[in-house]
Amino acid sequence: MTIQTNNLIAGIDPEIKDILVSNRREFFRGSAAKLGLMASAPVLLAMTAQNAFGQELPQDIVDVLLFALTLEHIEDAFYRSGLEAPGLIPEEYVGIFNQIGKHEAAHVAFLTTALGSAAIERPELDLTAGGKYADALTNFDTYLTLSQTFEDLGVAAYKGQAGVLAPNDDILTAALQIHSVEARHAAIVRKIGGKKPWDGAFDEPMTKEEVLAAAGPFLA
Amino acid sequence: MQNSMSRRRLLKWSGATATVMVAGSLLPNFGITAALAADLGEGDVGVLNYAYALEQLEAAFYTQVIETPYADITEEETALLTDIRDHEVEHRDFLKKALAEGAIPALEVDFSAVDFTDRASVLGTAMVFEDLGVSAYNGAGKLIEDVAYLAEAGRIVSVEARHAAAIRDLLNPNSVSFAGDDVVDENGLDVVNEPATVLKAADPFIKTEVTAMSLV
Repeated sequence: MTIQTNNLIAGIDPEIKDILVSNRREFFRGSAAKLGLMASAPVLLAMTAQNAFGQELPQDIVDVLLFALTLEHIEDAFYRSGLEAPGLIPEEYVGIFNQIGKHEAAHVAFLTTALGSAAIERPELDLTAGGKYADALTNFDTYLTLSQTFEDLGVAAYKGQAGVLAPNDDILTAALQIHSVEARHAAIVRKIGGKKPWDGAFDEPMTKEEVLAAAGPFLA
Repeated sequence: MQNSMSRRRLLKWSGATATVMVAGSLLPNFGITAALAADLGEGDVGVLNYAYALEQLEAAFYTQVIETPYADITEEETALLTDIRDHEVEHRDFLKKALAEGAIPALEVDFSAVDFTDRASVLGTAMVFEDLGVSAYNGAGKLIEDVAYLAEAGRIVSVEARHAAAIRDLLNPNSVSFAGDDVVDENGLDVVNEPATVLKAADPFIKTEVTAMSLV
């Protein structure tokens, strides 16, 4: 698992790879607190999640959907910001990023509806990851790197949670439908960056811990 | 495959007899000019064989594409299509190994509808296969009982989605086609298809009679 995950991340962003490899648990604690996932767990447990699927969802499924919604919020904000940044995205790719952004906004709306009263608002974000990507919204190369990171991370994240969602056919299917859209995004962003659209015949999953470690720096 | 009962029941050779639909089954038999015939089987064996059948189809298709490249194929296209062929062969072999004795036989394919000398015909067919594969795996997830197999299907489906996006971009470069509104709905959800729909779409490309008596 570790080797496979590192292989996936290796193609994306060396710094995030370092975070994953060297400091996994610390980052999980930090980012989880930032996300409010751990802090809010007792509140959520006490809450009835009335949702779009018309049923009370078990806590483990609610947790996965909150996790997914957090990632979608990051992506949604990332594409909104990028599309608003003057001159960042070359003209020939504006349509593509509009399309990706449209999907991420739709995912946020879909998951928010699915979670009902348990849904979270967009968390405070720092797309420069504490200044590490200071030119995230002014340098297209940096923007592409981050885009690929978020998309490949999203693919790995949904993949890693499928087993938890398996008891609920409708939610599992919806998650799989989002999962393959993220993979389509990842492929086109990689291609724009002059890379192969894939790493190999199989995409590897990441655990929630690993994903939060990678996404944590982008939460303010 | 641990379940010996499923394994025993798997290969229901239906021969020349038309397969009667079992009540509650969603699947028709497909492929009627068969020299061979196979039933996909029950439970997870059935779902994995379903995936195995599709991967066989894709692997055979791209093998032909690389063996007889279309006119004016570019270096980039050759590289992408060779990768895709290799992936589909890996998927096929992976599923065959996972199914062991439970695997259906090698399917006889029929690509007479494809003009392998023509880029539009080849890439258009590739797009259909990739989108179909994505929709098939998306629809099959809920049919899988063992989460270990669900995880394996997950490792494959996103690569199929990457293929679909790449092929679509070859056909319509720098457009929104890679994740177009024809495959992604207003909720940002990709296409999902039940096995019956997928098998019907695959039917013209497979000579072997394949039935899915128990896959619901």
